Amino acid sequence: MNHDPFHWGRPSQGTYGDYNYNIAHASNVDKSNKSNSEFPKMHTQQPMITGTSVIAIKYNDGIVMAADNMGSYGSLLKLDDLQRIIPVGSNSVVGISGDISDFQYLERLLDDLEVEDSYDMENENLKANHLSEYLTRVMYNRRSKMNPLWNAIIVAGFDDNDELVLKHVDLLGVAYSSPTLATGFGNHLAIPLLRQKVETEDDAAKLTKEEAIKTIKDCMKVLFYRDARSWDKYSLCVIEKSTKSIKIEKDVKVEGMKWDFAQHITGYGIPQQ
Amino acid sequence: MTSIGTGYDLSNSVFSPDGRNFQVEYASKAVENAGTSIGIKCKDGIVLATEKIIASKLLAPGKNKKIQTIDRHVGVVYSGLIPDGRHFVNRGRDEAQSFKSLYKEPMGLEGLISRLGYFVQAYTCYNSVRPFGINAIVGGIDDSGSHLYMVEPSGVYWGYMGAATGKGRQAAKAELEKLDLPNISCKDAVKEAARIIHLVHEDNKDKDYELEISWISKEETNGIHKFVPNDLLEEAKKYAEEEAEGRNDSDSASGSDSDSDEDME
Repeated sequence: MNHDPFHWGRPSQGTYGDYNYNIAHASNVDKSNKSNSEFPKMHTQQPMITGTSVIAIKYNDGIVMAADNMGSYGSLLKLDDLQRIIPVGSNSVVGISGDISDFQYLERLLDDLEVEDSYDMENENLKANHLSEYLTRVMYNRRSKMNPLWNAIIVAGFDDNDELVLKHVDLLGVAYSSPTLATGFGNHLAIPLLRQKVETEDDAAKLTKEEAIKTIKDCMKVLFYRDARSWDKYSLCVIEKSTKSIKIEKDVKVEGMKWDFAQHITGYGIPQQ
Repeated sequence: MTSIGTGYDLSNSVFSPDGRNFQVEYASKAVENAGTSIGIKCKDGIVLATEKIIASKLLAPGKNKKIQTIDRHVGVVYSGLIPDGRHFVNRGRDEAQSFKSLYKEPMGLEGLISRLGYFVQAYTCYNSVRPFGINAIVGGIDDSGSHLYMVEPSGVYWGYMGAATGKGRQAAKAELEKLDLPNISCKDAVKEAARIIHLVHEDNKDKDYELEISWISKEETNGIHKFVPNDLLEEAKKYAEEEAEGRNDSDSASGSDSDSDEDME
């Protein structure tokens, strides 16, 4: 027997001929491009440490947004104090889900923007509409290089005319707006609940701030119940148009949960008498 | 003696036989006649101020700012050729930006000023360029506290408690020495800066000027370089004018009535 581990489990040389070593040494480098070095170069194929949903809803005087504090490594709770809603200047906030290293990269890009904006010491020129457009461009550029930033982003804030901006930007560079937005799992679990309250802009104009906060808090509870990669500590951001204020409340806890045995919870499974 | 420089002042990087670099000295001359700028190191931060001579009545008041920001926590004011100053500031911004992209933290003042010193010095070494026609006062706050530096056209930089440059530097330095540096508070320093600029402008009275003051303070601005708020600026201007009147009154009381009719503002 050949004791070299490399030969273990190989088709026997006597029967099948020499082993083709190219199979073991295959690389994903594009061989048509001769200038490529032989060293394998790999783009992001999957996110590593991830942040789950960001959710947001418009109300009659602003926007409420929330994102939990968790960074998951697969199913492992890797980070539990992650701030995923960050202010950019005094006119906007961004909530970022997806890959955390890409999130940190974006955080630095946005910080550079902020510093550049501060060169003009009198006016703040960087508004939420510029920010969402900028992020869309960055994301589209990266996806066109086949090397996307693995994130979904919600941008909220004020534009040049102090009107509200609420935009979703994703890793493909797709951007869209809606009175209710969510990323990731929130798209499946939170959006239906948010749309029960706000289906159209007209509905948003009727929703009060208190109702909006309650809706978001309820959604965070449902997300914590049903999204296995979520956490019960989150940041809550409230944007108010009339006072032009943006407040981020940190370390909010999910409240009023019930973890009784399913059989005893009314409304779960078969209706009970 | 005057003929000594002849022939040795036509190019950068050429020493005269007695060891001087004339182009650098001429650059300093460009600074000596420019509007006065000062910097004050205070117990809780830095105050920068400048006397901006109004070159034309058509210039929009309050629009053409001279004090600039290098990074959130670093401010610059300079006397001399404005385009040279702009170039200097741009370099500072690039340095601060590349430091941040490498180390993910704001650049310290010591490191920044050393890079800027090298940059200015390089412009004294090549025939294809001329030295910077500015004295730049760079101030800011970092982890180790507040810092104030002044870079000269030769590339040399020193740390200061109070720095002054431009036409009125001598009088300004004399006034700065009278202050209790660096134990003065930023708020008081803003007023004193206004008073000093107002005072040194008296020798240049035929031209109007605009006062510009910025500050960086842990307590007042959260460590960020900003212009002082308008109400504080107005208060400082008022204080400066009152002090000037007081001084003129005591001057005329002691017999010199040559400038008794000049406190019409």
